[in-house]
Amino acid sequence: MRKQVEGSIAVADAVARCRPEVVSAYPISPQTHIVEGLSDMVRRGELAPCEYLMVESEFGAMSAAIGAAATGARTYTATASQGLLYMAEALYNASGLGLPIVMTVANRAIGAPINIWNDHSDSMSQRDSGWVQLFAESNQEAADLHLQAYRLAEQISLPVMVCMDGFILTHAFDEVELIDQADADAFLPPFEPRQVLDPDTPMTIGAMVGPEAFTEVKYLMHARQMQALDAIPPIAADFEARFARPSGGLVRGYRIEDAETIVVALGSVLGTIEDVVDELREQGVKIGAVSIKCFRPWPREEVRKVLRGANRVVVIEKAFAVGAGGIVGQNVRLALSGLTPVVFDIVAGLGGRPITRRSLRTLLGDVLSGRIQPGGLHFLDLKTDVVQRELARVAAGGLTGPHAESILREIAVGARSH
Amino acid sequence: MAAKEIKLYQTGTFAVGNRLLDPEDRTVQARTERSNTLTSGHRACQGCGEALGARYVLDAAMRATDGRLVAANATGCLEVFSTPYPESSWQLPWLHSLFGNAPAVATGMAAALRAKGIDDVRVIGQGGDGGTLDIGFACLSGMFERNDDVLYVCYDNEAYMNTGVQRSGATPPGARTANTKPLGAGAGRDGNTFGQGKNAPLIAMAHEIPYVATATVADLRDLEAKVERAMELRGARYLHVFVPCPLGWGAASRDTIRLARLVKETGLFPVFAAEQGEITEVLKIRRRVPVEEYLRLQRRYAHLFAEPESRDVIDGIQAIADRNIRRFDLLADIEEGADLPGEAIDAAGLPEGQPPIAGRTEEESNLMRMLAETHHGAQ
Repeated sequence: MRKQVEGSIAVADAVARCRPEVVSAYPISPQTHIVEGLSDMVRRGELAPCEYLMVESEFGAMSAAIGAAATGARTYTATASQGLLYMAEALYNASGLGLPIVMTVANRAIGAPINIWNDHSDSMSQRDSGWVQLFAESNQEAADLHLQAYRLAEQISLPVMVCMDGFILTHAFDEVELIDQADADAFLPPFEPRQVLDPDTPMTIGAMVGPEAFTEVKYLMHARQMQALDAIPPIAADFEARFARPSGGLVRGYRIEDAETIVVALGSVLGTIEDVVDELREQGVKIGAVSIKCFRPWPREEVRKVLRGANRVVVIEKAFAVGAGGIVGQNVRLALSGLTPVVFDIVAGLGGRPITRRSLRTLLGDVLSGRIQPGGLHFLDLKTDVVQRELARVAAGGLTGPHAESILREIAVGARSH
Repeated sequence: MAAKEIKLYQTGTFAVGNRLLDPEDRTVQARTERSNTLTSGHRACQGCGEALGARYVLDAAMRATDGRLVAANATGCLEVFSTPYPESSWQLPWLHSLFGNAPAVATGMAAALRAKGIDDVRVIGQGGDGGTLDIGFACLSGMFERNDDVLYVCYDNEAYMNTGVQRSGATPPGARTANTKPLGAGAGRDGNTFGQGKNAPLIAMAHEIPYVATATVADLRDLEAKVERAMELRGARYLHVFVPCPLGWGAASRDTIRLARLVKETGLFPVFAAEQGEITEVLKIRRRVPVEEYLRLQRRYAHLFAEPESRDVIDGIQAIADRNIRRFDLLADIEEGADLPGEAIDAAGLPEGQPPIAGRTEEESNLMRMLAETHHGAQ
């Protein structure tokens, strides 16, 4: 059924079609509408049997999910930003225990300074937590990915994070094909846990593993996550065969056949990027785009394959490693090791700053004309006057401290002195 | 068993006796069919009160639920000594997740069972005082206020023993821990600060949950009765068990039960039960003992008795005991000439000039004699 709905509601609907038995969640923008939607469904009796737990924190949310999943229940939660960080310890625990929990992350910036708007700092900060990370480009894909996420999670016994851009997707109204329950049931069989806490077969889970076996356990964790690279494409293919629309997978190329320049990105920004690719193609620029659909495990071979023909790879990412540089860029370089394409690290859309077609046209013009050099970290649409004034003030012996407040103070002092 | 007033103290020991009871009234621990939920072979220290408490609690809970039990365990001594991979001492389905989340994990288990329509399997969460009162407190309070169907058991040994005896929110005033060492000028004044720490059972009661109880490993019968009562009820239940730690307290391994008994007899640890926030039961002090007798058995208080003695600190601790006695009405109202429970047993073998029991110091023997005489005098 096609319906004009908010992204969060589309996701809540898709999650309900997966028949979760336990939902535990704590409110944080911009994830709230998803779990509110599920709460409504549980209260109306439309989603049953399902226990909706209003926990006291995100740490509690993930912990309850761990207990529920270990007891054999299909389990769901959603979070964002600070919430994801607050559950970080439990994220590692869930993956270490191999529990197939599915979680939506409504991607949002991390403070300080506090900021509720979209970027990918939250998911990227947990890229090594042992969770599979899938990124949605649209509301339709965000909804669809939840069915695929449960199938993947339960097939390989690993938790899966479905990442969707906060506000840009979660709060956007768009036409979405809502999934029919019978179709969902045919695609996603009931959860049959491999190990479960059951008095009839008492088992100890979560023992203390010492140096004699810890390496082997971690090796197997890595091996299992790498299995997702083999599992994801057939799941995506089966989904497409049943629902007659593509979604998910590892990577997706757009007009890359003869592309000399390829833009790489994750999530909803691909739509804008593809518009700019089309414009530039019309001007005769051989350019394409690649969407990274699965960031963890890192589809190294697939990325290498789609990028190997290019001269320039422009990685546009909504997060970066402070003090090091691009995160996706680093991974792309790893995929391209030994090959010739040069990689540009572009940080864009931090804390909700819009990534516009105009900005992208300017950026790509600068890359193509050599005005931006590879190797550095380039911040799209950076207000250079603001940062330069602050850097100069500090270089001149000014007091350091919180950046945001220092900028403000400087502006206020400047205003008074004029 | 829960309602039965049986307090048979074996003469010359601090143990509660079983031997004169009908088999049906005997403790779960005394039964050949006890489940040994935490079975032998674990790595707890000799005299570990927590190992004892966990076995008592879980065996009683297993009996009460006919073995239909799952457990969530916080990180800590109990987790570490019971599950050194690839071994496990647990004979029930058991999950260790993290240090601060056992109540929430238990909540998730209970939710899963409810969603699956399994109502005969019950959930226990358990941890030490650090995992419960400090790092896990938000999860615990959340579990309480939602009235999740979990019995959470805190084994309180009054400090972070697993990491090397650091102060917790349950460490009592004056106690030496690794980070409350008596190193100041007035050595006795150091130890743990007065006026700090939190009273978890009272905070649990403030949530008005179905059941809150305290117990010690000294009174097995009372502890088992409380577990049994807890398992009769649904919703959030809290059991706070006082478990001496020989290593962390600098006490003799053989004194674990004795310390647990003394802490109750001094009034320092009130033993009671409450339902929906109202106290329903208080275990009266049988023979009131000055706190000094309890403190002197533990090196964590040794600085108080070193010259010059910190009498004011000891008096401060006594004042806490006295306040508990008033607040919880801990003294038995014994009518003139009335029989004390268990009198027949005690009267049969009162130690007239009893020689010191092998292995005990003179001080310990004196204490025992004093206790026996106190009782005798009350007849």
